[in-house]
Amino acid sequence: MFLGRRRLLVLAAGLTFACSKSSASTDKKPAGPAPIPSQPSPVALNGAGATFPNPLYSKWSAEYNKQFPNIRINYQSIGSGGGIRQIIAGTVDFGATDAPMKSDESQQAPGKLFHVPTTLGAVVLTYNLPGVTTGALKLSSEALADIYLGKVKKWNDPKIAADNQGAELPANDIGVIYRTDGSGTTNVFTDYLSAVSPEWKERVGAGKSVKWPVGLGAKGNEGVTGQVKTVPYSIGYTERAYATQNKLPMAELQNKAGKFVAPTTAAMSAAAEGVELPAELYVSLVNSAAEAAYPITGYTYLLVYADTKDPSKGEAMAKYLWWGLHEGQKFAEELDYAPLPPKVVTLVEGRLKELTAGGKKLL
Amino acid sequence: MTARPDVSLARPRSKLQLAFGREANLGDLAFRRITALFAGSVIVLLVWMALEMGLASKLSFARFGLGFVTSTDWDPVRDQYGSLPFVFGTVVSSLVALLIAVPISLGIAIYLSELAHPRLRTPIGFLVELLAAVPSVVYGLWGIFALAPWLRETVQPLLAKTLGFLPFFRGPQHGFGMLAGGIVLSIMITPTISSVSREVMRAVPAALREGAIGLGATRWEVVRVAVLPYARSGLVGATILGLGRALGETMAITMVIGNRAEISASLFAPSYTMASVIANEFTEATGRLYLSALAEVGLLLFAVTVVLNIFARLLVWRVGKLPEGGQL
Repeated sequence: MFLGRRRLLVLAAGLTFACSKSSASTDKKPAGPAPIPSQPSPVALNGAGATFPNPLYSKWSAEYNKQFPNIRINYQSIGSGGGIRQIIAGTVDFGATDAPMKSDESQQAPGKLFHVPTTLGAVVLTYNLPGVTTGALKLSSEALADIYLGKVKKWNDPKIAADNQGAELPANDIGVIYRTDGSGTTNVFTDYLSAVSPEWKERVGAGKSVKWPVGLGAKGNEGVTGQVKTVPYSIGYTERAYATQNKLPMAELQNKAGKFVAPTTAAMSAAAEGVELPAELYVSLVNSAAEAAYPITGYTYLLVYADTKDPSKGEAMAKYLWWGLHEGQKFAEELDYAPLPPKVVTLVEGRLKELTAGGKKLL
Repeated sequence: MTARPDVSLARPRSKLQLAFGREANLGDLAFRRITALFAGSVIVLLVWMALEMGLASKLSFARFGLGFVTSTDWDPVRDQYGSLPFVFGTVVSSLVALLIAVPISLGIAIYLSELAHPRLRTPIGFLVELLAAVPSVVYGLWGIFALAPWLRETVQPLLAKTLGFLPFFRGPQHGFGMLAGGIVLSIMITPTISSVSREVMRAVPAALREGAIGLGATRWEVVRVAVLPYARSGLVGATILGLGRALGETMAITMVIGNRAEISASLFAPSYTMASVIANEFTEATGRLYLSALAEVGLLLFAVTVVLNIFARLLVWRVGKLPEGGQL
């Protein structure tokens, strides 16, 4: 019984392979700006890592497979830490992370790893203020840091009230909610707090998990929004996609230039334009100096080895990355990420052209 | 009871007898070996797991030594790891859960085995066991959206007003915290404890009950004099099973306990458990010491479970030896 079923499955798999092969050979796409993978045999690329860009990478895999049926890209969102561990161990073809690798992590890797920025994300502050209906809450960087340090305890604190003239802020205690599972979201958020508050940097610091001075921990974006929804007078941070899809109120934050900015994709791209991307292609974007920048913005990266042993895999990888850098960017906005600014695209193009397989250039 | 002597007679046989004896054909031998292999695999697995975790936690053990267990400072940014708040959170939340679940489960078991109409027994028993089949993430969501608001708005103010003189019922009332964690756990372990207890009580010989009734005992007296003493060691065993589940529960409790690595006497305060911190931080942990510290938390959870189980075993033996205690 079971054997029979298994045989059937194998047969079915073989058939689909055969079909995909034939379709790949018959409908050849016209040569466009993106190089077309030319391998006759199917190639599977396996990747693992950050959960934050997972919706975008899933979309990319599906779209890419539609265009190039002989390339299969599997992405597992197991977390940035897992992605880094797996690319070091060589069990995946590419890793993904929100926070750049630390130098001691890079040293563990058997070869040189490239960081490839793929898209921009933002962390937003959502809140639950019953009775306050006057537009978005405005928070200065000082007020936000002091809320999470436990120094601003009530909503009607002058530090909050000063920027929200006209809003009737209640005298209730602020319920501070943070994310308890290690996450790139927490990393970007604490990176921002460290950038704007010397006291935060001194007492807490930045990381995927930190020792929070006050508050309640919730698990995952859904846990944070769940707690913010059910605890009146609370505030919490989530990634932008989660807040927009659930139509949660989002605070406007004061950026380095002193402007209060809502987390729009334009404001995220502006943040990236305001910060020079160094040669290693990773940089912190928090508290960007650009006028229109939303201050809690960050890149997310794919990690690939500069040199691959298997030429067919290396070629597929390089072409996929190239595709993601150009065609892939148009999917960013609908999924609540922001596309990379043109000057960043140029820099990444240069990096992708350095990819090799056995010393031979791939693009 | 009467079958026992036969079984014990059949057991001790030499290898020769086994290989060439009348009943012991090749199939029996193979069967015996294979089942022994399965039984042995549990031991191998346990030892292997303990070894693996011991190896993985070497770095953290070398760095912090015993301070790992006594320190309350868990700070991944500064690579400082102390696990006392997690041990505290795990043990206390499990005890709170037992405190709530044991009386309720005993009530369910007594009702189902002694008092309920036979027609009601099956459906109610089925419903109780259905609770065990609910995934823990569902309990967690229920905890966030139903239990925590109810605790915050109704239960905690009431407790603070009436029992606020005790240190257990003080402090800010968020809903989320040790109390919510204990309640969610208690609901999750109730099916385990009650269904095992019911089976244990059903196994009490009818003659005992009839004897008690014959002496003029009321229903309550039958339960108290005949059923409970006989079933005692089994009931302790049922509780241990529940405790085991409570200690290891991860998802549901992390969604409601507040996840703060702090030790507080108040049940309103947020807390954190060992299983939760591993689940929450492992995926994103990259530093070697950090990973090692998380592995040591795992080892510690293992140790706490073993200690509590040994303690419980001893309790079962003691209870079993008491004069009125029946064996199962």
